[in-house]
Amino acid sequence: MRSNFSVLVENNPGVLARVAGLFSRRGYNIDSLSVSRTDDPTISRMTIVVDGDEAVLDQVAKQLRKLVDVIRVRDITNEPHVDRELILIKVNADPTTRTEIMQIVEIFRGRIVDVGEYTCIVEVTGDEGKIDAIQNALKPFGILELVRTGKVAMQRGTRTVLVED
Amino acid sequence: MLTGGQILIECLRNEGVDTVFGYPGGAVLPIYDALYDSDIRHILTRHEQAAAHAADGYARATGRPGVCLATSGPGATNLVTGIANAAMDSVPMVALTGQVPTTLLGKDSFQEADITGITMPITKHNYLVRDINDLPRTIKEAFYIATTGRPGPVLIDIPRDVSGGKAEYRDPGPIGLRGYQPRLAGEPAKIAAAAKAIAMSRRPVIYAGGGVINSGAAEQLKKLAETLMAPVVVTLMGLGGFPADHPLFLGMLGMHGSKYANYAVSECDLLLAIGVRFDDRVTGKVETFAPHATVVHIDIDQAELGKNVPIDIAIPGDVRTVLVDLLKHLHGKPDPAWNEKIRLWKKEYPLDYKKQGLRPQAVIREIASVTAGKDVRITTEVGQNQMWTAQYFPFTRPRSFISSGGLGTMGYGFPAAIGVQVGCPDELVFDIAGDGSIQMNIQELATVVNYELPVNIAVLNNSYLGMVRQWQELFYDRRYSQTELKNPDFVRIAEAYDAQGIRVEKAAEIRPALEQAIASSKPVLLDFHIEREENVMPMVPPGESINKMLG
Ligand SMILES: Cc1ncc(C[n+]2csc(CCOP(=O)(O)OP(=O)(O)O)c2C)c(N)n1
Ligand SMILES: [Mg+2]
Repeated sequence: MRSNFSVLVENNPGVLARVAGLFSRRGYNIDSLSVSRTDDPTISRMTIVVDGDEAVLDQVAKQLRKLVDVIRVRDITNEPHVDRELILIKVNADPTTRTEIMQIVEIFRGRIVDVGEYTCIVEVTGDEGKIDAIQNALKPFGILELVRTGKVAMQRGTRTVLVED
Repeated sequence: MLTGGQILIECLRNEGVDTVFGYPGGAVLPIYDALYDSDIRHILTRHEQAAAHAADGYARATGRPGVCLATSGPGATNLVTGIANAAMDSVPMVALTGQVPTTLLGKDSFQEADITGITMPITKHNYLVRDINDLPRTIKEAFYIATTGRPGPVLIDIPRDVSGGKAEYRDPGPIGLRGYQPRLAGEPAKIAAAAKAIAMSRRPVIYAGGGVINSGAAEQLKKLAETLMAPVVVTLMGLGGFPADHPLFLGMLGMHGSKYANYAVSECDLLLAIGVRFDDRVTGKVETFAPHATVVHIDIDQAELGKNVPIDIAIPGDVRTVLVDLLKHLHGKPDPAWNEKIRLWKKEYPLDYKKQGLRPQAVIREIASVTAGKDVRITTEVGQNQMWTAQYFPFTRPRSFISSGGLGTMGYGFPAAIGVQVGCPDELVFDIAGDGSIQMNIQELATVVNYELPVNIAVLNNSYLGMVRQWQELFYDRRYSQTELKNPDFVRIAEAYDAQGIRVEKAAEIRPALEQAIASSKPVLLDFHIEREENVMPMVPPGESINKMLG
């Protein structure tokens, strides 16, 4: 089972190490972790995707809450939510393939953000399925480099994970 | 303007700290300079590990946070075992370390060690203070975190330019930790559910641990047991939380528990788990632990609920607060058949040992007997000495048994006894030791002599790493690989430190030797030459169900 945790943490040095250390020493599988500051500079938000059975996911939430720098932990997997990833793919592109690549990028509502003599960089945002799909679609052209942000997620509507919650 | 060191001392005094256990060095010179003018007592141990264990022993005996202090680099890393030990046993401790100046951080500077990184998994929380103005708030938070909720060690790393810098002392004001708000009370619905399960049970057992002692709930535990007429089994950490001379007491459960404790757990229909964490040394084969029981688990640490075994009714909360509430819902309706069954088990499977020769169990029984009626605190080392003490010493009050449970740290008992004696100057303190363990911190003889701490050490000397030898005997065909010890003459060692040493070789000499030790105002090391291949029995073989015991 895969779960999306939305986690608010103090923006203190070492907080990422505390969270990452917790996962590694307790043997939890992180699928992805993304972290950055929020509108409040003292707080960062992490979206952590974890793979595990129910008991593991329960422990993940509880162990995260034990960290003093962790303010809120919420498993939002089963709540209505939006999740997104961003991918950059550097793909082989010469005049003969460029049009075809552009068509694929169009279909995925992506953008070409860099064009070189032999390569171009494609940028796509979307949920995991879409990201996987464009990756597969571009594979035949030869992917030179690839980077994904990992998932960020947010509940729909008025539901939130905030300090005040 | 004060130096950072002076601000630190001011903050420690505000926290009510009367004693610091430590060892100086370059990175803590400004702190030691501030200590020089302070009324805080500093105990100079002879190894930083001992300072950490002494702070731990002080905390366990008094219930107040223990404080240790070491310099950067090797001083800090020498604290590591002691910090891990305190973390495993939920001991409130504040460890202060010096650090290289902020300008040299991250440059592999002389005596730099990333101690906040190193101790991240073994502290409840830790801090690197980069700004002198953060000192007061950091120290206040550290003590708050160490002593509230599930207690544990907190480390504060202080670079030398912070402790040596100057600033105005400003009161940090109230604590505002958004991510740390321990909750004490149990949810009423859960408590009601527990009360209902209790009312329905016919064969209840109370399984009590260190949480009872940490939360000061011994009285409530006794009331609970007596209301339900429910037998009480305890963990190693729970010893002293329920009086051993009480008819409902079944002793320790688990690997070296009594047979009747393990049988009771294996047959109960309700297990009231209170301030415990279902450690593997307790549960044995986890699938067959308390197989017929509805399990109610009360603990301050929510993460313990359901961590190792599935729980039917989990009540996060402070043990004492929850018990007070729970007791309001309960009325006794003891089932005489269950108590009768337990009485028969107790009669049929008593804890017992052979009487010929000098037996370690007899030494422990004699220590209990000569100290009966006196205020006595017992620490132990790790190994057979520890298990025999747990089995044979009848602890009747909380905080009187002080032992390394979770980490199982050889070398803990003696320095811990130093902290205990400092915290309880008018009480009798014994470290029940093994000949292997005592050598892991034997240099602390200098400390007890230096500070005239009349700690008694009872070495149960079998010239073996006895517990390991026992496993080799039982599970490795008596192949005693590296477990026989060629020991020094402990009596002469004691004497060289200007402590007293007494060798005991016959059973008849046990009592007079103990009396002599108690009468002496000096620290005394008693060297008991016990039967060498005595085993700790009964024993649950590793991976077995706890009702399948050897011996
Ligand atoms: C620091 C440390 N190292 C190793 C061990 C493993 N160990 C557990 S018990 C034991 C033997 C202890 O020997 P001794 O102190 O003589 O006690 P005895 O069992 O003989 O009473 C050992 C080596 C440990 N618990 N702690
Ligand atoms: Mg030994």
